[in-house]
Amino acid sequence: MFEIVERQEMAQGTVVSNWVKAPKIAKKAKPGQFVILRANEKGERIPLTMADTDPAKGLINIIYQVVGKSTALFKTLKVGDGYLDVIGPLGQPTHLDKVGKVVCVGGGTGVAVVHPITRGLKQVGNQVFAVIGARNKDLLILEDQMRAASHELMVCTDDGSYGHHGFVTDMLKKVLTEHQDIALAVCIGPVPMMKFCCKMTKEFGVKTLVSLNPIMVDGTGMCGCCRVTVGGKRKFACVDGPEFDGHETDFEELTARLKGYLDLEKVSYDEFKAAHGSGKCSCCS
Amino acid sequence: MTEEVKPPKREKIPRQKMPEQEPKVRARNFQEVPFGLSPELAQKEAERCIQCKDPRCKQGCPVEIDVPRFIKEIKEGDFEAAIRTLWEMNALPAICGRVCPQEIQCEGLCVIGKKEEPVAIGNLERFAADYQRLHGRDILPPKADPTGKKVAVVGAGPAGLTVAGDLILKGHEVTVFEALHAPGGVLLYGIPEFRLPKEIVAHECHYLERLGVKILVNQVVGRTDTVDELFEQGFDAVFLAVGAGLPVFLNVPGENLIGIYSANEYLTRANLMKAYAFPEYDTPLVKGKNVATFGAGNVSMDSARTALRMGADHSYIIYRRSEAEMPARAAEIHHAHEEGVEFMLLSAPTRFLGDEEGRVKAVECLRMELGEPDASGRRRPVPLEGSEFIVDIDLAVISIGAGANPLLTKTTPGLALNKWGYIIADPKTGKTMKPKVWAGGDIVTGSATVILAMGAGRLSANSIHDFLTMGW
Repeated sequence: MFEIVERQEMAQGTVVSNWVKAPKIAKKAKPGQFVILRANEKGERIPLTMADTDPAKGLINIIYQVVGKSTALFKTLKVGDGYLDVIGPLGQPTHLDKVGKVVCVGGGTGVAVVHPITRGLKQVGNQVFAVIGARNKDLLILEDQMRAASHELMVCTDDGSYGHHGFVTDMLKKVLTEHQDIALAVCIGPVPMMKFCCKMTKEFGVKTLVSLNPIMVDGTGMCGCCRVTVGGKRKFACVDGPEFDGHETDFEELTARLKGYLDLEKVSYDEFKAAHGSGKCSCCS
Repeated sequence: MTEEVKPPKREKIPRQKMPEQEPKVRARNFQEVPFGLSPELAQKEAERCIQCKDPRCKQGCPVEIDVPRFIKEIKEGDFEAAIRTLWEMNALPAICGRVCPQEIQCEGLCVIGKKEEPVAIGNLERFAADYQRLHGRDILPPKADPTGKKVAVVGAGPAGLTVAGDLILKGHEVTVFEALHAPGGVLLYGIPEFRLPKEIVAHECHYLERLGVKILVNQVVGRTDTVDELFEQGFDAVFLAVGAGLPVFLNVPGENLIGIYSANEYLTRANLMKAYAFPEYDTPLVKGKNVATFGAGNVSMDSARTALRMGADHSYIIYRRSEAEMPARAAEIHHAHEEGVEFMLLSAPTRFLGDEEGRVKAVECLRMELGEPDASGRRRPVPLEGSEFIVDIDLAVISIGAGANPLLTKTTPGLALNKWGYIIADPKTGKTMKPKVWAGGDIVTGSATVILAMGAGRLSANSIHDFLTMGW
């Protein structure tokens, strides 16, 4: 078992942060890499990009949004509980090179993924602008951490309840306009957000990295479930990615493939919600 | 003058049939197809063996099981002796008895088979292993004294488990590193429950653990540890058996539509993740009504038969050559036919068509005819121009082979690879170009059978043992 040693709910309980004991992975993991987790014997294999690591203590940090049965099941795990399986580190690490000025954009739970990359880009000597956003103030995560990880942080909310009233693309545009010498953009969040960010950075001719989250099974390049089209070529997000050139990524295909199991996911989640709290679920027994 | 006494003529016993589920019934459930032999049937079948002095069956076995001996022991009703004989050469008899292509190995060489049906060696092997599992005493084969040497086996599939089983008996410490969350490799994620119950795979792995083999799951060697780091951790030798886990696609338009799976994904979801028991198990799998499996190997038959069990009305095998060229075992093709799999032969896909949500709704194929033999010796399919036709499908499984997964080989300096990315290893010893590293199974040969991987494991185990006791 991989024990949870620290647990925190964020964004009004819709997002959960776990520090998990996984010493081997913590020692090896680099920004941009992910792990696959399974809660129990009947569970799905869920890929999550690591938000942070503490090699000295042998811990990894995962931050996930509750979106269905599996993440709802994860949320029932308390400190002292654990995951049956944690596999990793998987995927290619981010190339953290000194390129000058960079902008890092995170939306929703994507902030958790962009955070270690932002920090890494600052550590190697880049001037880092950061933009984070959420639907409203309560759903915003890791603001303080992102402020520390960057030189300048801009915050947006869709409803204007905090920071700039509008989408992260507004602030991205502002940064790109004010700093014509931005050499790299890293945009991580929901697929539509990444798509629109890439459209904008393309107009400015700024190379852009995105981190893709297609459905996966094994995570080692064996099944091909996570195939994405990048630059007209088939790539496996689990071994070739998860980061790709956003200007080359086929977001429409990714969007469609992410919806492949919506009906079945609903069956599973509804059953879980019906059982959970009624004493019928494994987590309450 | 004494009259020469002729030996009594052997009573002709027909090959004993193994009872199995009715095709119509089994095509809708995931329980194992055959029920196995009863002790009475097994003993009767064992009587058919004439105990050749120079048994050819043994020569046909990649791990050289003493076939006549274990059959004699079954005949005599000493089932424990039979399992001990099998264990001498094979750590996984319950699995081999089920999935080996006996017709081209032991049974293919059986002398009885010249005039009548050969002795059912595979069924008898399966019987001995099942009898031991279900009714046997808690016994283990004898182990050599500890040597103090440590061996790392990378991959808990047929090749890796064979090496582990051989070397633990020779007194070495063995640790198996498995990337998935459970051991078994293709036995677990690939071969379906109805051909090889997962309980049996778990039991055989547990047998190795009882012998002292350490099996560590969730260890992606190449990521979690590299091969060089395994040496730093004190291992004296490393055996690489990571399989040919790279899906091959058709490379036709529309292949990324929803509902199109590689066979690896389709079977992994169904077998390893138990998607057939969704939503009790959390991993979903699209339940197609009209399913097309492309390819005609054993994995294709497994996929097409799985689709039936998942509730398909039509499960097609679409193959560009004819039945004669199909690479699957005759028994597997026969089972598929019996269960209602429909074969569309001499047909090759040209593109997939999708609906507005991006789900596959049809495949366009071309009719083919067979031309001159190609490099594989099989007659090459040639497309008939203008023969396009459409098949309505809502699920497709691409099952046209597998390639070399580069995850381990890319992170292991010093290995030599061939042009397809497979590890170059000495076919007699399994030695790679990297000192103290051996390799075997599909990552050396490309996709082959369970027993060939086990045979390669046996050769490497012998070579590793020689190295650990005498030097490289």
